[in-house]
Amino acid sequence: MGNEENQYKVIGTRPIRPDGVDKVTGRAAFGADFSLPGTIVGRVLRSPHAHARIKSIDAKLALALPGVRAMVTGADFPELPDEITAGGEAPVNFRDVSHNVMARAKALYEGHAVAAVAATTAAIAEQALALIKVEYEVLPHVIDVRDAAADGAPVLHETMFTSGVEPAPKKPSNVAGRTEMGLGNVEEGFAAADVTVEREYTTQAVHQGYIEPHACVASVTTDGQATVWSTSQGQFMVREFCSRLLGMDRAAIRVVPSEIGGGFGGKTTVYLEPLAIALAKKSGKPVKMVMTRDEVFRATGPTSGASMKVKLGAKRDGTLTAGDMTLYYQAGAFAGGPAMLGCMTGFAPYALTNARAVGYDVVSNRPKAAAYRAPGAPMAAFAVESAMDELAQKLGMDPIELRLKNAAKKGTRAIYGVKFPEIGFVETLEAAKKHPHYSAPLGPNQARGVASGFWFNIGGQSSAAVHVNEDGTAEVVTGNPDIGGSRASMAMMAAEVLGIEYSKVKPTVGDTGQIGYSFLTGGSRVTFATGKAVCEAAQATVNELRARAAKLWECPIEDVEWKDGAAHPVGGQTDTRTVLSLAELAESAAKTGGPISGAVGINAAGAGAGFGTQICDVEIDPETGKVTVLRYTVVQDVGRAIHPAYVEGQLQGGAVQGIGWALNEEYVYDGNGRLDNPGFLDYRMPVASDLPMIDTVMIEVPNPGHPFGVRGVGETPIVPPLAAVANAVSRAAKVRLADLPISPPRLLAALDGK
Amino acid sequence: MINFAIPTSVDEAVGLLARANGSGRVLAGGTDLLVQLRAGRVSPGIIVDIKRIPDLKAVRHEAGGLRVGAAVSGAELAEHAEVQKHWPGVLEAARLIGSTQVQGRASLGGNLCNASPAADSVPALIAAGVTCTIAGPDGRREVAVEDVVTGPGKTSLAAGEFVVDFLLPARGARTSDAYQRFIPRTEMDIAVVGAAVCLALDANGTVSAARVALGAVAPTVRLVPAAGAALVGTKLEDAALARLAAAASAACDPINDKRGTIEFRTRVAGVLARRVAVLAYDRARSKA
Repeated sequence: MGNEENQYKVIGTRPIRPDGVDKVTGRAAFGADFSLPGTIVGRVLRSPHAHARIKSIDAKLALALPGVRAMVTGADFPELPDEITAGGEAPVNFRDVSHNVMARAKALYEGHAVAAVAATTAAIAEQALALIKVEYEVLPHVIDVRDAAADGAPVLHETMFTSGVEPAPKKPSNVAGRTEMGLGNVEEGFAAADVTVEREYTTQAVHQGYIEPHACVASVTTDGQATVWSTSQGQFMVREFCSRLLGMDRAAIRVVPSEIGGGFGGKTTVYLEPLAIALAKKSGKPVKMVMTRDEVFRATGPTSGASMKVKLGAKRDGTLTAGDMTLYYQAGAFAGGPAMLGCMTGFAPYALTNARAVGYDVVSNRPKAAAYRAPGAPMAAFAVESAMDELAQKLGMDPIELRLKNAAKKGTRAIYGVKFPEIGFVETLEAAKKHPHYSAPLGPNQARGVASGFWFNIGGQSSAAVHVNEDGTAEVVTGNPDIGGSRASMAMMAAEVLGIEYSKVKPTVGDTGQIGYSFLTGGSRVTFATGKAVCEAAQATVNELRARAAKLWECPIEDVEWKDGAAHPVGGQTDTRTVLSLAELAESAAKTGGPISGAVGINAAGAGAGFGTQICDVEIDPETGKVTVLRYTVVQDVGRAIHPAYVEGQLQGGAVQGIGWALNEEYVYDGNGRLDNPGFLDYRMPVASDLPMIDTVMIEVPNPGHPFGVRGVGETPIVPPLAAVANAVSRAAKVRLADLPISPPRLLAALDGK
Repeated sequence: MINFAIPTSVDEAVGLLARANGSGRVLAGGTDLLVQLRAGRVSPGIIVDIKRIPDLKAVRHEAGGLRVGAAVSGAELAEHAEVQKHWPGVLEAARLIGSTQVQGRASLGGNLCNASPAADSVPALIAAGVTCTIAGPDGRREVAVEDVVTGPGKTSLAAGEFVVDFLLPARGARTSDAYQRFIPRTEMDIAVVGAAVCLALDANGTVSAARVALGAVAPTVRLVPAAGAALVGTKLEDAALARLAAAASAACDPINDKRGTIEFRTRVAGVLARRVAVLAYDRARSKA
């Protein structure tokens, strides 16, 4: 499969998605839509305190309430070893996951689950929660990442001794770990610089903001077999996490994925499912649990806020001589924020021979951070790309030229050790420079910002099965929730390989009992890795179809070639060997050996890195500090766009989320460590009228690791916008905005202070 | 348990509310009440749905101006050419209450009686000199809109009383109004500052009367006579606008909260008052 233009019949076209009609008509079933006969309702009692010792829980009155069927607390969950288990995008400490879904000795943030009850109605469950008496000893709390890392801060975990420092500390602290990586010699690099820039930057924690709250139903039979219907980014992830947290075999838990109303990384962990299984087991009834928006904000993972310092050095001609960054990332109440990923990604777009990145993973009394679209990368990119802009201003250089001068190319060694293979970063810069947007005139109080970004993208384990139906249509079964149009892409790739029409292929997201293990939908991996599995399963099906034709033609399989959805005899048709379509072979399958399918399980290597460059025009209102985004263009190397409309959607969506991060989104805590804006009214994500249509330019530098050249595309687009917006505002305001969000009061204060 | 009643006359509604001994809540569009119910902030004994009372949904002319039922929704109000022409500020404020869906239900009466300092329609009603009819066990009374709200979530309505309608006073030539609010986004938000200005001009284009009201900068929406006075006798020259802005800022007594700071609100109130005055002035002049 080569990569010339117009070589494909299906790849690169824009058919309607298979799940589209159900989604626009309201028929699609999301997490909260499922119910079984006899289902009862589970609700969670959450800590009103940011940090408190749980001295006792008295549930006598709650349990005596008519209609209450079961209750669980931390005592109902096994203690797991405090150890890190390798995961896909980030390692997982299942003890922490267990303690996060249900507090044990201490409540570590406002909203931390303390108990859960199941009752016949939601009203009774709520009433029961009010009757549970929890005796708390309120402890001093800490919210800010720098405060948490400081000496004398209230310590969340007495067993937390900073990893990655020698000698190991004797005293526990909130700094879970320190990580350092580097290239060359930074001091020598700065000594060789003609110009340096150095500045501190901060970003706030931001929520993924998926529209659909977490929801599930769990049912457990009397012989201990559980079935869970839930909304998540991975039915196999839910199965593994529940299995580990509850000490059950994988085979004893079947997880059925619902449609998912957004996740963006936030649904790569569990909150409700283990509680629902435990309540279902105790009550003997199916238990349904649905979070309120308030609970989503108070108890589920945002991504880290960050406090960062970046220094860059360059020669007069713009050649970078050194880069140094220090990152403090909020982890939330448990270790495992993405500081290391920030260290790995921040300098990745640039060919730096002298670089150092130091990251600190810091816990504080906030909900545990969860993955969010390119976890850890947007914050570090905000700092580095802001510094690049400041450097360009200091050098009097065009910001795209400065980036071109230093752009990573094939063979460039990244700070984390790899040498990049085929990448398309330079192509994104060239395309941005040539784009009409870049030279469009600007009015008063208007300015243009540019920023770039990088994300690894991952591969990993995926299963796929292709079944030929009796009438010549086909089924494609995979194990990844469809979060961004992946069903359409799976069907398109299968149709391309089989040589049949897209409309004849039915894609299905299987439950854990219907398809082999597949790592979760995350890391921009599905179209790449699961897509690769689909290609291989389709190819195996084609080989089986050729074998069936060979049987009918009484010839070796080598004499059968597959093209345009049919078996052709090599060397041309004869009286006994006429072309056999897939439909004809399907119809005669009973005579040639039975049903025709292909199934594979792979561990996909060779995920291609994603680079992007974005251009943002803003206008500022100097009297109110309000920023209006006037025009926005996303340029990205997408490898190969299987379904270009859904790739464009990813680029637009990532940019929009990044714009919200830059301008208005933040968590507002009161003096007691309680969240003051747990809803979409005051947690201000952009609404449609806040934004111009986001223009997209897809660069296709094919990834040699995928049959059609696919690279992951979902995460890279959220990496550049924080700095693209901030650079535009900084140029319009003529003062550097280094703290996000650039809310109107903050911009007004900056304008006053300049 | 909550009782729910759908009276068809004002007297019937008054009776239901009076018998509830203060535990009754009035439902018009429900866009505030239902949210408060779900959040557990209110637990009424009875909900009285007033929007089946014909007068509450009517818009009609009378000698003094236009009588608008308290339960008329923003979307319904916008359909009246009269309102569009003579009270553009009142209409643009009413149209800012909530999303398109909410506009189909949210009413002027509800926006007023919810008693939020940030209510969008209230500054515009006050600037426009609107009065409202309040019905209760002792009959009806007519009060200025600025006398209804006494504090955040609090009104001067006695037990059993509710707002029946509003009188938008008749307007002659060269009189118009405007309302704007500041929000960090473009919609789906609550005013950080709101400003309404109503101006009457003489034949020379000089301001002969001016009313300025500010929202979200004090415990209640404020009518700011000093701000209006700054404009009377002027043609909105820069010096007049500067005096207006200073008077508006001086009238602010805001709080720091998640939506804005004291400093920001105080300053932007002046900016917004100035911008809105210019808009109202242009409208009044073009209505000659």
